[in-house]
Amino acid sequence: MATPKILGIETEFGVAQVGSFGDPIVQSSLLVNAYAHASAGRIRWDFFDETPQRDARGATPLDAMPPMVESNLANTVLTNGARFYVDHAHPEYSSPECSSALEAVRYDVAGEWVLRRAMEAVRSYAPQAPELVVYKNNSDGKGNSYGCHENYLIARDLPFSDVVAACVPHFISRIIFCGAGKVGADFPDRHGQIPAFQLSQRAEFFEEIIGLETTVKRPIVNTRDEPHADPSKYRRLHVIAGDANLAEVATFLKLGTTALILAMVEDGHLDPTPLWPADPVHAFRAFSADPSLSAAVDLDRGGSMTALEMQWVLYEAAVAYADRFGLAVLGADGSGALTLERWGRALHALEVDPATLAHEVDWVAKRRLVEGLRDRHGLAAQDPRLEAVDLQYHDLRLEKSLAARCSLERLTLDADVRSAETAPPRTTRAYFRGMALTKFRDAVDSANWDSVVFDVGEEPLRRVPMMDPTKGTAAQTEALFDRCSSARELVAELEGEEHHGRA
Amino acid sequence: MAEREQIRRRDGRDDEQVAQSTPQTTGGEHGEKLKADLDELLDEIDEVLEDNAEEFVRNYIQKGGE
Repeated sequence: MATPKILGIETEFGVAQVGSFGDPIVQSSLLVNAYAHASAGRIRWDFFDETPQRDARGATPLDAMPPMVESNLANTVLTNGARFYVDHAHPEYSSPECSSALEAVRYDVAGEWVLRRAMEAVRSYAPQAPELVVYKNNSDGKGNSYGCHENYLIARDLPFSDVVAACVPHFISRIIFCGAGKVGADFPDRHGQIPAFQLSQRAEFFEEIIGLETTVKRPIVNTRDEPHADPSKYRRLHVIAGDANLAEVATFLKLGTTALILAMVEDGHLDPTPLWPADPVHAFRAFSADPSLSAAVDLDRGGSMTALEMQWVLYEAAVAYADRFGLAVLGADGSGALTLERWGRALHALEVDPATLAHEVDWVAKRRLVEGLRDRHGLAAQDPRLEAVDLQYHDLRLEKSLAARCSLERLTLDADVRSAETAPPRTTRAYFRGMALTKFRDAVDSANWDSVVFDVGEEPLRRVPMMDPTKGTAAQTEALFDRCSSARELVAELEGEEHHGRA
Repeated sequence: MAEREQIRRRDGRDDEQVAQSTPQTTGGEHGEKLKADLDELLDEIDEVLEDNAEEFVRNYIQKGGE
């Protein structure tokens, strides 16, 4: 039986100041701190047990460049269970742990609202200063990329090589429905050519098949082994090969299909070996540079395949898997069935005519604007206005965002997103973290993914561990929060439970 | 499938040509509708797009992240 697919998305946002250059670290800190002050005050992030340099393949290779540990400049935990902080030179929103793709979409969109509110908060503190603008994209078109990482809970005893075998074909081919689109390229291809339009913002930044790094020599499958959970039971698959999406359907499909494929791997239902490309890194770029979706790449076993053909094989396997195993591990809200339905529908539409997905898939929506503008004004392929369309598609200010003008299909309701900006998911440990902050903010010393540290007014500080992401849900702790009127009572009850062996 | 094929040919770059050749059919009306939608959208884009595109794009420089 597959592990419940607890999942979430971390997004690093681009940041720029209108009409001037500034220090992006200062700008990012301003955004995070202004939001924290405007909402409810700041709770420290607890760095205990952060080990981003641990490698899923075993020992850390000597030639691996360990990722930098994030700065402690501006670092907050939100009442919805998310982490909002400065990572390198970007504001980053890490969504709380969710138990379904639909829920994770809601919390991803809530992240956009957080950044929008952060921009407004900065503006109200410093109305005379040049406006700070946030972009939900992954590349500046000049060789710099910043990530949108997905996380999925998987079983520790699953051989990592099985995960790699399934994920490589999926990650390089899923961009046909979850690529965010890109005008031109950051780098010429191996023939010195710049493609006019790419499916993915990120594909050309990948240089390895598998590895530990995230900022240099980026690997298609990242091996960071930092479970933020009981390491004897779980892994957290840290996916760095995706784009940040504005289209909710694209975000949903990215999460739903990947979770489903991981469940198939856990249940031994998928044999992905026929899909393994002869050169996966080249295949990723070749697929990205081909909006006609006709490019076929050589396979390791001989023959060749298009991205769409790879996706059809994975989809057909998923349909058979669902028949046999059901889709309960993808959440209790119907996300599993909806994933299958929308996945099949998207592949069919891509086969018949990708342009019909202009309201569901970012690269299609963006390409329609780019080609429409080009044709209307007779622009050359290198005209900066086309790149401007690309960039401004991702502007999070509603009055400027081009994505917001594309009538993208919504899977969320505004009322639910508004609630998700402040209230945690009810179905994972994020509920405990979020409720602790909501109800006992003054008594929370710090928090991180797998614990909350309380200051109950007497020594020592009390750390409540949350080593299982599926525990600490509303079903398990809502009554506890209801009957405790102080953090001291809450901690006493929890310690009592532990004493009696019930935790 | 036939209907989808029509949509394909009427969308995007072949818009005008196809709309001109089959203006009487229902598909033609659908093509006109798609074109009108796109025109309206492009009017809005022209209005909201940053004025100095070249400078706007040139000044957007980020540090690598992750």
